[in-house]
Amino acid sequence: MSSFMAILVGLFVGLVILLVSNPGQAIRGFLAILLGGFVDMKNLGQVFYFATPIILTGLSFGFANKTGLFNIGGAGQFIIGAYAAVYVGVKWGFLPGHAHWIVALAAALLAGALWGLVPGVLKAFYNVNEVIACIMMNYIGMYMVNFLVVKTIFDSLRNQSMRVASTAVLPKAGLDKLFFTGNSSSSVNIGIFIAVLAGVVIYIVLDKTKFGYELKACGYNRNAAQYAGINEKRSIVMSMAIAGALSGLGGALLYLAGAGKSIEVVDVLAIEGFNGIPVALLGLSHPLGILLSGIFVAHLTVGGFNMQLYDFVPQVIDIIIAVIIYFSAFALVLKGFIQSFFKKGDEPSGDEKTIFPDIDIPEKGGDVS
Amino acid sequence: MPCRRPLFIQYRVNLKCGTACCEAVIRGEGMEYIIEMCNIRKEFPGIVANDDITLRLKKGEIHALLGENGAGKSTLMSVLFGLYQQEKGIIKKNGETVNIKNPNDANRLGIGMVHQHFKLVHNFTVLENIILGAETVEGGRLKTGEAAENVQSLSERYGLKVDINALISDIGVGMQQRVEILKMLYRENEILIFDEPTAVLTPQEIDELMKIMKELVSEDKTILFITHKLNEIKNVADRCTILRKGKHIGTVEVADTTKEEMSEMMVGRKVDLMIDKGEAKPGDVIASVQHLNVRNQLSHKLVVNDVSFEVRVGEIVCLAGIDGNGQSELVYALTGLLQPESGKIEMKGQDITKASIRKRNTAGLGHIPEDRHKHGLILDYNLAYNLVLQRYFTEGFQEHGFLKYDKIYEYADELIEKFDIRSGQGSKTPVRSMSGGNQQKAIVAREIDRDPDFLIAVQPTRGLDVGAIEYIHKTLVEERDEGRGILLVSLELDEVMNLSDRILVIYEGEIVAELDPEKVTIQDLGLYMAGSKRGDQNEI
Repeated sequence: MSSFMAILVGLFVGLVILLVSNPGQAIRGFLAILLGGFVDMKNLGQVFYFATPIILTGLSFGFANKTGLFNIGGAGQFIIGAYAAVYVGVKWGFLPGHAHWIVALAAALLAGALWGLVPGVLKAFYNVNEVIACIMMNYIGMYMVNFLVVKTIFDSLRNQSMRVASTAVLPKAGLDKLFFTGNSSSSVNIGIFIAVLAGVVIYIVLDKTKFGYELKACGYNRNAAQYAGINEKRSIVMSMAIAGALSGLGGALLYLAGAGKSIEVVDVLAIEGFNGIPVALLGLSHPLGILLSGIFVAHLTVGGFNMQLYDFVPQVIDIIIAVIIYFSAFALVLKGFIQSFFKKGDEPSGDEKTIFPDIDIPEKGGDVS
Repeated sequence: MPCRRPLFIQYRVNLKCGTACCEAVIRGEGMEYIIEMCNIRKEFPGIVANDDITLRLKKGEIHALLGENGAGKSTLMSVLFGLYQQEKGIIKKNGETVNIKNPNDANRLGIGMVHQHFKLVHNFTVLENIILGAETVEGGRLKTGEAAENVQSLSERYGLKVDINALISDIGVGMQQRVEILKMLYRENEILIFDEPTAVLTPQEIDELMKIMKELVSEDKTILFITHKLNEIKNVADRCTILRKGKHIGTVEVADTTKEEMSEMMVGRKVDLMIDKGEAKPGDVIASVQHLNVRNQLSHKLVVNDVSFEVRVGEIVCLAGIDGNGQSELVYALTGLLQPESGKIEMKGQDITKASIRKRNTAGLGHIPEDRHKHGLILDYNLAYNLVLQRYFTEGFQEHGFLKYDKIYEYADELIEKFDIRSGQGSKTPVRSMSGGNQQKAIVAREIDRDPDFLIAVQPTRGLDVGAIEYIHKTLVEERDEGRGILLVSLELDEVMNLSDRILVIYEGEIVAELDPEKVTIQDLGLYMAGSKRGDQNEI
């Protein structure tokens, strides 16, 4: 419910910006954003196509967040996973049929996990802040992938990676026939199913298993987890590795989609890695919430493309989408702030509270004994 | 006098004065009171912290305020000190209604307070701390000469020995408290509030404080003394107001009331003040510690120095000492939270010095930790999750890595029933929203229900009220009688004396004495704890 309100606020601010930038077309442009993928079947398919990678990077961030870690290394994990998948896709043509893309995905999972593992180990054993380690790993990942692409799978004409073998491209499973309008079909493929599956698996792991109980315990209170005999170092490492694997899988699903996208050799961090953060925040870090918020953000993205019909330059569209996501996330923060403000309205703030340390005011639902 | 403030201040008169208390004034009864808090009501969301409470202080008396945790003592004092605004009721000084909006107002009315946790600047000297906020300044420069004389004369007059040039970080808690008292006197406060002043003191320091309090009263000061220790009330207080669950239960003359009567008023039922405990029947050694050395991780100081002792089944061994003498680190080493530098820890004959925490716990070690929020509980988990914190991984609560929720909640409900853990939504209550006493009960329930052979209980009754303390003490004695070995770490002397079968005194990381609680006096124990007396280990 709170996310819903946040989205409404974000959309409203987006409308204001549209009115300022191009009053004549503002309403039509706004409608295009609102409609997003719901204009025809192809666009609807595109929503799922765009949602796939950001759902996974969102899951990556959300999962780490639930276990008390701030995984800002999505970009590095994403691109390294993409490289591993594309490398397998280009070079390992000897793999038969479906085995090819499955192995490519597995390679991406491993590579991403490795990229998450490093900050995890540093955090667990040497108490290095994972944010710093992750940011460094982002740059190492980006430059290393540029280097490796040039060395191994370079298409020098286009300054990007070579195209993967057709067996490595993710199957469409009939989705291209379903999401079809006129004479062109959507780029959607089974990646969206894999993303949904990942969300469900993460949900089960976090909420139903002993392993998830331990991970969350470490996230909420590392000391108490240690007290209870949970191996908190292992938990941190595992948590970062899983988060990395999710991002890496996201990279693979984007570059194996068969939509003609290849790894470009440019000095830019993979934006999908960062887009996962607002997706996760909007989904309140809950795996199933992230599935929905990922689709919502993709919906806005598709709507943005359609806005080009109304003479909005792509930059303005990007601004609008950013503003909507930004305000949505911001409204969430604001809501939390307002709630806590009202809840604590009667309590003295900060310094004063320590004056009466044993004041025993149960919060709502507490008792008086 | 540098900081003299005008004594007569324009009070804002509250015209809505029709309460019982005011009628008393009209009848001429209230004039002897220096402070009256009439029919105070203060609500917090979902709870009435103070419900129609009336508290009246006579000039020149020591008035105790007694109540359980959460009874509303602190809230009431916060209202008097201007930290909270009451919803109903009025406060009067010398019969005139006053409006106290913040601590500065309170200060101006001559109300001063010694907080439970001192408010001192550690890298300032005693003198600088005392004059802080009431400095005399000349041309932008601090003038301390006069102030120093002033503080010196105050300290002589009331027998508050302090070294005014010492740094706060170099002096002990007893002297820090005297600095706090001098701060109030320097500001010429006449109503002094002491919030649980004895919690951090040794018996000698407590005696001294009691003397100082009597001294102050004889100089026409009025003291309001918050505590839940009945002995102290009996010692110094003239009258006592008792609160229970936010309600005013009564105000009694201390001389005419027994401790039992007061505790009954406080808790609402009869409470056994003496622990009913039979002879200990120590059996085999369950745990032994040999030449243990532990270094603090931050300061690299040796905080546990060559400590050796044994705990047998069927006895409660108490580790007594003033806070910060190495107890915490010793317990961390025993429970596996900290690796000792050298030495050996054995439990049930097995060397566990290097064993993992999980291994120790499953081998029969129970640990009620010192800091319930840091180690004991995961505040964002609900009560049921916290109750299975030490056994969620065992058969019965999980199968193939999946948690069995129905079993977990079933077990939680069982413990809640058995240990009378009270909470808003039962086993689904977020632990964060529970009261401190019930959080502690949850930890005790969890640890004791695991049937540990060797239980380490660190300050298990810290901050709890008489009712809960009685319950936890009874449980510990029961566990002892069922053949468990218990190591109790406590700062409370009464607890040490009443509960233990054997006392080990720790001072600066060393065991300085092994004492028999039947033979040692509380005064002697205090001397050992303060390090001014050492016993050879064969004193028993």
